[in-house]
Amino acid sequence: MRFLFKTSYEQDIRLFRDRVAAGWYALLALAVVLLPTVLSGYYVGEITWVFIYGICGVSLMVLVGYTGLLSLGHAAFLGIGAYAHAYFLHHGFPWLASLGLAILISTVCGIVVGLPALRMTGIYLAIATLAFGVIIQEVFTRWESVTHGFAGMAVEKPVIFGIPLGSDSAFYYLCAALLAVTLWLTRNLLRAPTGRAWIAIRDSEIAAQSMGVNLAVYKSIAFAYSAALMGLAGALFAHKIAYLAPDIFTILLSIQLLLLVIVGGLGSLHGAVFGAVFVALLPPIIAILRDSIPATLSDVAGTTGIALVGTVGRVIGDFLKKPGVEAGIFGLILVLVILLEPLGMYGRWVKIKLYFSTFPLYKRNTFRRQKSYMRSERLR
Amino acid sequence: MTFFAAEGLTINFGGIRAVDAVSFDVRQGEVFTIIGPNGAGKTTIFNLISRIYDPTAGRLIFEGRDITRVPPHRIAAMGIARTFQNIELFEHATLLDNLLLARHAHKQSGFLGEMLFLPSVRRMEIEHREAVEKVIDFLDLQQYRDAYIVNLPYGVRKVTELARALCTAPKLLLLDEPSSGLNVEETEDMAFWIEDIQKLLGITILMVEHDMKLVSAVSDRVLALNYGQPLATGTPQEVQSHPEVIRAYLGG
Repeated sequence: MRFLFKTSYEQDIRLFRDRVAAGWYALLALAVVLLPTVLSGYYVGEITWVFIYGICGVSLMVLVGYTGLLSLGHAAFLGIGAYAHAYFLHHGFPWLASLGLAILISTVCGIVVGLPALRMTGIYLAIATLAFGVIIQEVFTRWESVTHGFAGMAVEKPVIFGIPLGSDSAFYYLCAALLAVTLWLTRNLLRAPTGRAWIAIRDSEIAAQSMGVNLAVYKSIAFAYSAALMGLAGALFAHKIAYLAPDIFTILLSIQLLLLVIVGGLGSLHGAVFGAVFVALLPPIIAILRDSIPATLSDVAGTTGIALVGTVGRVIGDFLKKPGVEAGIFGLILVLVILLEPLGMYGRWVKIKLYFSTFPLYKRNTFRRQKSYMRSERLR
Repeated sequence: MTFFAAEGLTINFGGIRAVDAVSFDVRQGEVFTIIGPNGAGKTTIFNLISRIYDPTAGRLIFEGRDITRVPPHRIAAMGIARTFQNIELFEHATLLDNLLLARHAHKQSGFLGEMLFLPSVRRMEIEHREAVEKVIDFLDLQQYRDAYIVNLPYGVRKVTELARALCTAPKLLLLDEPSSGLNVEETEDMAFWIEDIQKLLGITILMVEHDMKLVSAVSDRVLALNYGQPLATGTPQEVQSHPEVIRAYLGG
């Protein structure tokens, strides 16, 4: 067991809890830096998706996980960032200026969507943002002078200050750095009054208001900040897929992003990153299993002489090749997570950590929630 | 100068007049209690004062200023804090974060400064923490500092509500049934704390309470309400023996 002795108030607002935690993060950073030197281009590309989805995850985590505002239209902000960035790059803007403009436009859209959100909560807000997502998708399709509609739009490779960053590993480092900056800025907000105000709004608007939180201002800030991060992620997303079409930024992508934060664990930045790992890496893992399971099992069948094993392998492989299996697996995992681990992957992570740090005194009931029926008459 | 006064305070919910031309004034430094049977409009008056509801008629005066139209989030900064009858804590945050949030009205940092966590923000955070720690010491909440509210027992949550209200550094503290749900011993502690808040911290208290033992122990003056209308004002003994009040409680 390890005890944390607190000797100053500084300790509670530090970026890392203590030297040990900082050491682990340093190791993680080192691993991220070294990965491209050992992995092939394909895997580097797939892990780049983790970083891009990570920024999306942080964006949605601020809105859904911390402020408690549900959005079903976040793919629209991703699309706005992507199209704006592609458009400005195409018109000869330098990369950083183009990125800045993409973030700015996305932020403005976020504030505009946020305004009606000040009067709506829960499912009504979800419907409003859903409508926003559909409208924006239609705009991408019809506004051909800017987006080229269904013909699509090629995205130029990133070049910063004359340095081309189009290669797999260079783009990997760019995305990793931007995710790190995103996490740092968001963590700063969360340990400052703004983050506490968001959490307060999530847990009790009425109390937050009575403690001096201007609900309209802080909800708008949450929407704007979330949209800004989505814009940033959108710009990177555009480079990553290299060719934009309106049918990328659909409701399904919005739902996938929501799934990301729920599976990752609502109300934690770790959760945003865990969720991104899950959403970005599950499809390639399924793709790998699709080919490797039948191959391995038929090898086993060949060496052992049991034909049944080979047949089972072929059946699994055929099943994984069916269309919609990926979405089905995503859905199944979402249902299981909500049923078994409402705090998502982060919740599981906390439990495992506690198990080892309090070994052998771990108590399962530490995380059991008492059922409470106290809040019968809530003020509205 | 009037410290706090309600003048002809009235609110209608549809056809129901929940509060009907209620006037009272609270003197600086006293404990003023509002009593009354269920549905008398006590909590509604609190919600009017903390500006969650807009009054249909009447005025609220605080420190000589008319606060009838002040937006609800400005009330805390003016020096009025409140607790809630049914506990409105931020459940999925630690006790410490709950109390720090109460310092929100005193924050001076901007969004960009916080995003970069500038040294000035860090300094302010430490200052807020020091203010919060004083309240934690005052109410003996040290051992729960890092606990999440969902994991705390009811009695501690009740004290946390009180602590959160104190962290806003109020001049007028509104306590909505501070003893509800507490056992006898906890209610006794609450009575001591209310006395200390009044005497040591010099905070004026406006309270809604049912427990008459607590009311007579700590109140300087009492206002009795029934169906939104004031019945009597005076010392706890005067009000308790007032014939109208007895009729409202016991019928007849």
